[in-house]
Amino acid sequence: MKRGLVLLIFVILAGGLLLIPALLDFGVPAFSDMDDYFLKNGQEQTAANNIVTAVVFDYRGFDTLGESVVLFTAVVGVGLMFRHMLKEEEYEDE
Amino acid sequence: MRMSKLVRTGADLLYPFALIFGLYIILHGHLTPGGGFQGGAVVATGAAIVIVAWAYEDVAGMIRKVTMKAQESAGLLLFIGTAALALGLGYAFFTNVLANSGSLFGLSVPFGPNPGELNTAGVIPIMNIAVGIEVWGGLTVILLYLLSGLKKEEGS
Repeated sequence: MKRGLVLLIFVILAGGLLLIPALLDFGVPAFSDMDDYFLKNGQEQTAANNIVTAVVFDYRGFDTLGESVVLFTAVVGVGLMFRHMLKEEEYEDE
Repeated sequence: MRMSKLVRTGADLLYPFALIFGLYIILHGHLTPGGGFQGGAVVATGAAIVIVAWAYEDVAGMIRKVTMKAQESAGLLLFIGTAALALGLGYAFFTNVLANSGSLFGLSVPFGPNPGELNTAGVIPIMNIAVGIEVWGGLTVILLYLLSGLKKEEGS
């Protein structure tokens, strides 16, 4: 009974989520104000021809900073794990 | 385990080209598709070819973990330092202070399609180089650790 109710709610929510893109025409974005802003002012403000890079490294630099820190943390994690596993073997780091 | 001589020679030939192609993608990040992350991944792929074709012990002396770790940290520090450059000049964090300034990477571009000029885009090329160095070092360290099980002799 409870399981069926959960399933029903899930189906309704998933259907509603899929209904929104189904109502739009193909290739027509729901909101395009931000895209138009970047395309109109990006070259003038950042002097970069590649708008994608301008967004990634200038308008949303904090996002890229987080991405770099995630990569750094991943490398530190791999290093910690394998340092422990390779302890008996040659250890050229120190 | 070493692969055959054919594969090893092919890897030796491919490595400089992978290096050059990756550095090209990093340096032209503000003009063409790509950028620091993608170019760094291409350079690390070159290292992966060499490590797989030879053995870990052959490569460990040339592609050193210490250098790659230092390179990764230097890349992240250069990225944060470039972002903090605007703080020192009295702007907000991550402001593109060099764009349209006429100095380093400071030329302007006209609106619309144009041939492109390397000396544009302000701090974006510097950040591309920083992220490229970081991804190059980081992915190479991961590859060196993960492929360190490839011994020179089989079963040793």
